[in-house]
Amino acid sequence: MSNTVLLATDGSPGSARALDHAMERAGKSGARVLVAYVIEWSPYSFNTPEENALRHTRRESEIERARATIVDPALARLRAAGIDCEGIVQHGHPAKTLAEIAEEHGAAQIVIGKQGQSGLKAMLFGSVAGNLVQLATVPVMVVP
Amino acid sequence: MSRLIAALLPLAVLPSPALAAGIDETINNLTAPLATLIGQIVFFKVTLFGAGLPLVVLWLVAGAVFFTFYMGFVNLRGFKHAIELVRGDYADPDSAGEVSHFQALATAVSGTVGIGNIGGVAVAVTVGGPGATFWLILAGFLGMSTKFVECTLGVKYRNENPDGSVSGGPMYYLSKGFAERGMEGFGKVIGTFYAIGIFVGALGIGNMFQSNQAYVQLNTVAGGRLDGYGWLIGLILAAVVFAVIIGGIKSIARVTEKIVPFMAVFYCVFAIIVILMNFTAIPEAIANVFTGAFTGEGVAGGALGALIIGFQRAVFSNEAGIGSASIAHSAVKTDEPVTEGYVSLLEPFIDTIVICTITAMVIGTSQVADPGFAGEATGVAMTSAAFERQLSWFPLPLAFAALLFAFSTMISWSYYGLKGWTYLFGEGDAGQTVYKLIFCAFVALGCVVQLGPILDISDALVFLICVPNILGLYFLAPIVRREMDDYRARLARGEIRKYA
Repeated sequence: MSNTVLLATDGSPGSARALDHAMERAGKSGARVLVAYVIEWSPYSFNTPEENALRHTRRESEIERARATIVDPALARLRAAGIDCEGIVQHGHPAKTLAEIAEEHGAAQIVIGKQGQSGLKAMLFGSVAGNLVQLATVPVMVVP
Repeated sequence: MSRLIAALLPLAVLPSPALAAGIDETINNLTAPLATLIGQIVFFKVTLFGAGLPLVVLWLVAGAVFFTFYMGFVNLRGFKHAIELVRGDYADPDSAGEVSHFQALATAVSGTVGIGNIGGVAVAVTVGGPGATFWLILAGFLGMSTKFVECTLGVKYRNENPDGSVSGGPMYYLSKGFAERGMEGFGKVIGTFYAIGIFVGALGIGNMFQSNQAYVQLNTVAGGRLDGYGWLIGLILAAVVFAVIIGGIKSIARVTEKIVPFMAVFYCVFAIIVILMNFTAIPEAIANVFTGAFTGEGVAGGALGALIIGFQRAVFSNEAGIGSASIAHSAVKTDEPVTEGYVSLLEPFIDTIVICTITAMVIGTSQVADPGFAGEATGVAMTSAAFERQLSWFPLPLAFAALLFAFSTMISWSYYGLKGWTYLFGEGDAGQTVYKLIFCAFVALGCVVQLGPILDISDALVFLICVPNILGLYFLAPIVRREMDDYRARLARGEIRKYA
């Protein structure tokens, strides 16, 4: 049984609580923590030619920004607690991509924070956590 | 867009001042002689079996036929692979976030699906008879091969700028490709010629023609109450284009790019409904297409006349041989230029073989059912009348669709022209702003001049840039052929990884 936990983060308060939970669990079991942030992106969107021409540069800066503001602070906290960790930033459909990352890295569990969407928006689009529960092939822990 | 319509509404009740009509007329009088002159030069005709054959059309057809054979009917054999690429079957998950094949195709298609698909077809059928449709479809089919060649080259020879953005297109493959073959000077000359042509052409086909037809359609829906207000509609359109390309108001562009595909589907669905409502006329309409294609009954120049018109309109609509799509496709980050070639061959298919044919059938079946249905109307107004016969409410959404198509085509072409401009004058910001201001001025101008001189000027300019482009394609075709053969061999051996 692998001892890797995938922490799905988006920098929200819910994600911070998920990080606390993952730290606690990893601290006890000596698990490795993968911190993943998925930048929402679809290969089927419609762009202007100018957007296409600048896409490569934008992609790079998006990844850089996500690392600096979301993933790296989480990694710093994990490292300070002496936990083995690694960060991943990828573009794609959030829930689907997280499920794929978990599979690819043989994670035993995914930990994700609840975003607390309510009402119409959640009903129409669902939440990342909700979709992830449906898509993932490993247990998903949703931290409230 | 809703703000634009809100701004337009009060106009419908204003009286038409004589002053405005005067402005329209003055500009018309000034541009018409220029249009005639340019047209005469570009469409220099040779007489063949009693029909005047413009040499430039022959040049395009010969190119498309040659590339179809030289690339081993890639338009048929590459079709399935093109679909697989667009579907993302070969997309590497590690490159998620880059421009996908689908996005490149969608961008290029919204540049080509424009007023030509609605109005240009009506012009073809009016001048060339129902038989022009047959040649239009054939031209679309052959044009797929031309697109394949030019888009592969566009990616292969593009420039990567220091800021990470990319610039590509015929001016780059012409100059670099010829330099590779030891003809650096010649490459520079025709690369520059092309860049000037695409810049000027962007002001015509991609700009004035679009804004003109959008205005005509709006005026039709408004029941002629916008007569003489062309300059005002032009100014409003120019202001919106200005907001997007200079003001950087992304939301307008984004909303348009999202609505356009839906409008295209909406248009096709209702077009098919209208065709089905005319079902008793379908057999005769189809028969007319075939008999008209080979007899050219009632068409000036007979079958050859129908062929010329059909080919001319097809190129005008799908832009194969013009090289514009190659500029759009160059933005894709791929290690395999050929894959962009494959994807691009779907454009003439969607644009001409699907959408133009559907429009032609709407008009064709209406003509059979009621020969005088359109009265004196031509262009978009004729197509609109064909829809109105069956669906009286349709002209309003059609006007909206035409406006959006025109707008998205203008945005795409503003970029094509810009790339010509930056090729000539460098990537400096100040220069780019000057270009964009000129572009906006022509948007306004487009609503003022009448369809005749506008269509002549933009046709001529677009056909003019085919000359250096296709010349370059002949020279560089062996390179494309080699790349294609190599790619196909690796595909057959399973060396190109499939992810889905």
